[in-house]
Amino acid sequence: MDLLKFFTAGNVDDGKSTLIGRLLFDSNAISTDIIETLTQQSKKINSNTGIDLAMLTDGLRAEREQGITIDVAYKYFTTVKRKFIIADTPGHLQYTRNMFTGASNANLAIILVDARNGITDQTKRHTIISSILGIQNIVVCINKMDLVDYSEKKYEEIRTNYLSLTKQLPIKNIAFIPVSALEGDNVVLQSTNMTWYNGNTLLEYLETVEIFEAQKSNESRFQVQYVIRPQGKEFHDYRGFAGSILSGTYQKGQQVTVLPSGIETFIDKIELHQKEVEVAEANAPVVLHLKDKFDIGRGTTIVPSDNLPKTKKEFNATICWMDNASYIPGQKIILQNNSFKTKAIISEVVSKIDIHSYAELASDGIITLNDLCKVVIKTADLISFDSYLQNKIFGSFILINENTNNTIAAGIID
Amino acid sequence: MSKTLNYLDELESEAIYILREVAGQFDKPVLLFSGGKDSICLVHLALKAFRPGKFPFPLLHIDTGHNFKETISYRDQLVNTINEDLIIRFVADTIKSKHLQDGKGKFPSRNALQTYTLLDAIYEFQFDACIGGARRDEEKARAKERIFSVRDEFGQWNPKLQRPELWNMYNGKINKGENVRVFPISNWTELDVWNYIKREKIELPSIYFSHERECIVTESGQLMANNEFIQLDDKQLMVTKKVRYRTVGDMTCTAAIESDAHTVDEIINELLETKISERGATRMDDRISEAAMEDRKKDGYF
Repeated sequence: MDLLKFFTAGNVDDGKSTLIGRLLFDSNAISTDIIETLTQQSKKINSNTGIDLAMLTDGLRAEREQGITIDVAYKYFTTVKRKFIIADTPGHLQYTRNMFTGASNANLAIILVDARNGITDQTKRHTIISSILGIQNIVVCINKMDLVDYSEKKYEEIRTNYLSLTKQLPIKNIAFIPVSALEGDNVVLQSTNMTWYNGNTLLEYLETVEIFEAQKSNESRFQVQYVIRPQGKEFHDYRGFAGSILSGTYQKGQQVTVLPSGIETFIDKIELHQKEVEVAEANAPVVLHLKDKFDIGRGTTIVPSDNLPKTKKEFNATICWMDNASYIPGQKIILQNNSFKTKAIISEVVSKIDIHSYAELASDGIITLNDLCKVVIKTADLISFDSYLQNKIFGSFILINENTNNTIAAGIID
Repeated sequence: MSKTLNYLDELESEAIYILREVAGQFDKPVLLFSGGKDSICLVHLALKAFRPGKFPFPLLHIDTGHNFKETISYRDQLVNTINEDLIIRFVADTIKSKHLQDGKGKFPSRNALQTYTLLDAIYEFQFDACIGGARRDEEKARAKERIFSVRDEFGQWNPKLQRPELWNMYNGKINKGENVRVFPISNWTELDVWNYIKREKIELPSIYFSHERECIVTESGQLMANNEFIQLDDKQLMVTKKVRYRTVGDMTCTAAIESDAHTVDEIINELLETKISERGATRMDDRISEAAMEDRKKDGYF
């Protein structure tokens, strides 16, 4: 059974949480005791309506009080065809960073559009973020069709507008489904109100869509997370470099280069779950042993000598700013890529991406909350990387404020 | 079938990656061990992450005193087998030293009191990261929590101001006095845990499997093991039934379920059939209010 990770995006009040609730409810994925509790809680807030499906994922008190989503909720469900991990992300502009969090590990985006309002700024913002993150599947759910008399004309209008908006973006597969999350039309069950729509329901679509893994690379990349040195009598000379294979494969006997030092050696032994293996593949949490002993610590990169990543102190990247405080030119920050950390500065703001037109505008040098910018980053230490488009996991990074310790930006390397 | 195993591999790799990030990023981590199936899986994952080395952290058991004896003997045997350090801190001691009010009523729970003992232990040992076996599918507030979840110096969780958590990059940078709660099996469901236990042949305390037990039937129809901590009155409805536990916690707030499942396979089949959630079936503590878990977490509960 394969796994599809998706997230929901869209403007506030477009009905994201209700849609997820409907999806889970109509596919019988909610336990009876949870439905019971939900029914009671729904009554308390509004005695006129039935069960409030949004409350399934709006798990925080403040969310239920205000009827909004503040942070990502993760939900898990399985049908006979697939296993799903859902990230229900917030629609408010101020919580875009939480939307980014949910999107960073997904391979499909559901973007909701309120049929009455059409495409909004948040639709545009979430679409460009999905595209920057390399998400290849977008399904646009045109919601609240019940409030526009299930009008095909409305649906077609939004569809046309969205397609012309995304013409310039490299998204492989865009689908459109007219739904009413509140009433359940075309979520799990085919709508009887929209006989003009012959396509899949949302669930059918999610169960059958081809999953494109974003930028899964064949380049072999490994970073040391932790050095295992038991030191006892039995393991006197044991010195294993523990880490997960980030991408590609590793083989016993392979010639490798240790970066940033550039020293070459060979893989002496690969251990996986305390057993020696000849070959290990992406994701495997291995322990590597090298033929020669050098000073290797956390954050060191070990790669095949015939396939080196770039190793530099300066590179171009696109960042999404996530901190309430703006970037102060020249401010030192910490850059983290997987287990590697270095001090860095943003040395140049090349341009700012306009979320209305997706055009790159000249920048005034200031980076503020929710800005998408093209920048040049300078690092104190040499950093090894691939471009994000080639290798998602080795081409992305986060920026951390030295003083507050907050994660202040997400970055992808050009 | 092989795809299901791939999925378990993916979850396992993610958890080991997270455990090694903890080892690499923190000075004084600790693994919170309750003797329940989730923390037992964590120990199993830590063996895979760090052997032949020693764990870069001790285990910490916050002992409410209201224990199932099967869990305690399992705990001691496990620690003995893996030869790792176990720290035990008792809620009873905290109650005494801090003049706290012990749990009251028919089922006097020490669940909320555990938080005091946990925060004291964090302070005593200056722990900067606490690894826990909480899962997002358990409860709606947990569904909202990051894998690296920062707590301030009072142990509080601020759900409205969580750090963005991108890709597999975990930012564990904190100030002195703060700590990070780390949840390596966040993305596992109850069924995933059992499939993993089956695949890895992990041993569990016997109370997870069907056995005969004398139980009190509560007003809401739940089965509570008859034990010395419960305040009995004469209206008690007492029954002896074949039961097992879906979760293991405080004896006074964890209910048993009727079950004939004697093996891991039978438990998996039972879970595939059930219409009741894990905590709904077994926990009295989450039913107190709709935000019970969120409130406890804000106070420092794990």
